[in-house]
Amino acid sequence: MNLRDTPDEAAFRGELRAWLQDNLPEELRAHRGGAGRFEELGRAWSRKLYDAGYVGLTWPREYGGAGAPYSHQAIFLEELARSEAPQHIGVIGLGMAGPTIIAHGTDEQKSAHLQRILSAEEIWCQGFSEPEAGSDLASLKTRAELDGDAFVVNGQKVWSSFAHIADFCLLLTRTDADPAKHRGLTYLLVDMRSAGVEVRPLRQITGEGEFNEIFFTDVRVPRANVLGEVGSGWGVAMTTLLHERGTLGFALTAALEVAVRKLIALAKERRVDEGLRERVAREWIELQALRYTNYRALTKLMQTGVPGPEGSIAKLHWSESNQRLTKLALEILDTEAQLLDGGGHGEGYWQFQQLRSRGNTIEAGTSEILRNIVAERVLGLPRSR
Amino acid sequence: MDFAFTDEQELLRSQARSFLAERRSLEAVAEREGSFEPGSWQELAELGWTGVSVSEEEGGAGLGFLEEAVIFEELGRVLYPGPYFSTIALALPALAGHAALLQRVAAGELTATLAHAEAAGPRRLADTGGLATEARQDGAAWTLAGEKVLVPDLGSAGTVVVTARSGGGVGLWSVEGGAREPVETMDSTRPYGVLRLDGAPASLLVEPGSGEEALAQIRTRALAALALEAVGVGEAANALAIEHASSREQFGRAIGVYQAVSHSVVDGYVGVELARSLAYWAAWCVAEGDEQAAVAAAAAKAHAAEAAVAACERSIQVHGGIGFTWEHVLHRLYKRAQWIQAFEGFAPVLRREVASALLDVSEEESTELVQQETPVQQEVA
Ligand SMILES: Cc1cc2nc3c(=O)[nH]c(=O)nc-3n(C[C@H](O)[C@H](O)[C@H](O)COP(=O)(O)OP(=O)(O)OC[C@H]3O[C@@H](n4cnc5c(N)ncnc54)[C@H](O)[C@@H]3O)c2cc1C
Repeated sequence: MNLRDTPDEAAFRGELRAWLQDNLPEELRAHRGGAGRFEELGRAWSRKLYDAGYVGLTWPREYGGAGAPYSHQAIFLEELARSEAPQHIGVIGLGMAGPTIIAHGTDEQKSAHLQRILSAEEIWCQGFSEPEAGSDLASLKTRAELDGDAFVVNGQKVWSSFAHIADFCLLLTRTDADPAKHRGLTYLLVDMRSAGVEVRPLRQITGEGEFNEIFFTDVRVPRANVLGEVGSGWGVAMTTLLHERGTLGFALTAALEVAVRKLIALAKERRVDEGLRERVAREWIELQALRYTNYRALTKLMQTGVPGPEGSIAKLHWSESNQRLTKLALEILDTEAQLLDGGGHGEGYWQFQQLRSRGNTIEAGTSEILRNIVAERVLGLPRSR
Repeated sequence: MDFAFTDEQELLRSQARSFLAERRSLEAVAEREGSFEPGSWQELAELGWTGVSVSEEEGGAGLGFLEEAVIFEELGRVLYPGPYFSTIALALPALAGHAALLQRVAAGELTATLAHAEAAGPRRLADTGGLATEARQDGAAWTLAGEKVLVPDLGSAGTVVVTARSGGGVGLWSVEGGAREPVETMDSTRPYGVLRLDGAPASLLVEPGSGEEALAQIRTRALAALALEAVGVGEAANALAIEHASSREQFGRAIGVYQAVSHSVVDGYVGVELARSLAYWAAWCVAEGDEQAAVAAAAAKAHAAEAAVAACERSIQVHGGIGFTWEHVLHRLYKRAQWIQAFEGFAPVLRREVASALLDVSEEESTELVQQETPVQQEVA
């Protein structure tokens, strides 16, 4: 056991810190994304990260990655959050599309996409959820029918983050109306510029737009864009979700760390009473519980190559901690909690964070579904369905 | 960064687990109504557990707190009713430098505890205000006079480390005599006692004036040890809940299919896993003498005690009527979890202490705590 950076890790951290100091544009610091010129700025920033060699740290070298240990990725996310730099704009490409293509893609698919994901030339979105298929993902209805050398796609996806700026979509479709619903699904890589794709942005409770509806009308997707086998889409989708939840832990800890630091600054400034002080301390403790649970997971991952059950635990714990923490911040703002200039506290930062946090227990698997997963797969309790 | 026990430490864990399952199981503890069986102490000594952190010259294994951490957790799982916590976490650090005493502890010949709290004086190790027990020197000989309360495992302790005040300030002495009165506790596996000293002969362990510092170190170790025990207790309660939810049927199905049941079990499990991360972190800090050890131990104990209590409560609920009986072992786990919770302060008390470390310091200092800034690991030559 050694919780300190190894000399190699410390060197990596030091270089990265210096690089961020010199290269992070001031206008991007603490940018919360979403609106305005963010896409343009975000792509440029991501490209800069890529050119400096900080993107795809754990990806194999043959696909343009750095082949570095997972600990470097953890350090990267920590330092990025600490400097309040935005993440690489292609979070879905990096976290989901890339790993899924590496696992199941053909050589052509790998060379067509992997490098471009890293360099942010391609931004991806995930088209899984539908109006009538959310938690019960396998009941999805978007149809893909083979016609010559292409699948013709018809249907609707919803809650698709970044679809409004995406170049490609990870699209889960039904190719066979097999009554056993997990069968008959096919995973497609869809060019968002294809004829018949229509994206309609949705406004979230924060007032900002991040997710979208996507309508597919007779969209022709070349057969070569099937990821994995026709009919094996469910298994491929599980790879995507494993990566979605698996690599999430560090990004989550890093984000919560920033929130806790700001919470402490707020509590100091407002000279809060003993009761509130104790609750601030609790959030710090919950942050360390998350951090060290991730470190345990990271160690296991580096030793065995297989992520442990800590991923689901981290997501559950982070989402609920973040919700509690942001509400505590508003309570500290007291009668000024409604003021969107934050009563002088940075342009509605806490109001935005508090509202945004309500999505945390829904996105990437609701807390109820995660509890089902832990109950059945980790604890071995009898299946509820 | 490497947050795992070594292969040797894992081996120690698996040996401890199988020994305890066979010789000192939770069920066996329950059959004896949680009472201490003095012969068991020698068994622990033979396994080397009483001398884990004692140096090899003094008859120990010369290992550190991480190895002790493994034992604390495993003993917690089976509610071992002997004075391991009192001897190893509370008393042993005060014996440093006293080779004869250390040898006897390592050999399993001597158990010990710490007497600090007083009825009208301090209640916590963190506090020495109003400490009234007096130490008097006559030539080379010391005697102590005063009354100590809330002394863990006093009934079975061979020697008692006592805090007292002399002209030079607060120090620590060891006492074998005095009048001992047992006090009944909710958790019968770890009773308290009252110690009355009326000029009892004492040997000096820690110089007057250095007592506060010694107490602070003892306290950090003790909080970390209790966090580890709590993880063991919580895990045992969770295991019982999982088993019951999988086997008990109602309405024609195992009750674990009902989410009101399964999600409660999951929350108990998640709480204990998070507590485990904090407890191991605290253990590492203690083992390394890390400057964050005190706050890490306070945080871990606060969280782990609450997680263990919650796991027991969830488990009792999942068991239904049977979980409410004296026959079932659950109440014993529950009572130990509550013993841990009460020692040195319930979670809110400890969190207020953490708050002070975060809020009453400079921005750099609080940022260090938030970010867990990790100094570079020294290359081993
Ligand atoms: C901010 C945000 C971003 C998102 N981004 C994407 C994206 O990029 N791509 C994408 O495909 N999707 C995305 N989603 C969608 C998300 O994955 C779904 O919202 C989620 O899976 C829940 O599906 P649903 O909304 O249909 O709710 P439902 O599945 O209808 O659930 C409604 C409620 O019922 C509960 N429930 C459902 N089934 C069970 C059960 N078996 N046991 C217990 N409770 C149950 C749920 O927990 C929830 O509380 C995003 C969502 C949010 C909030």
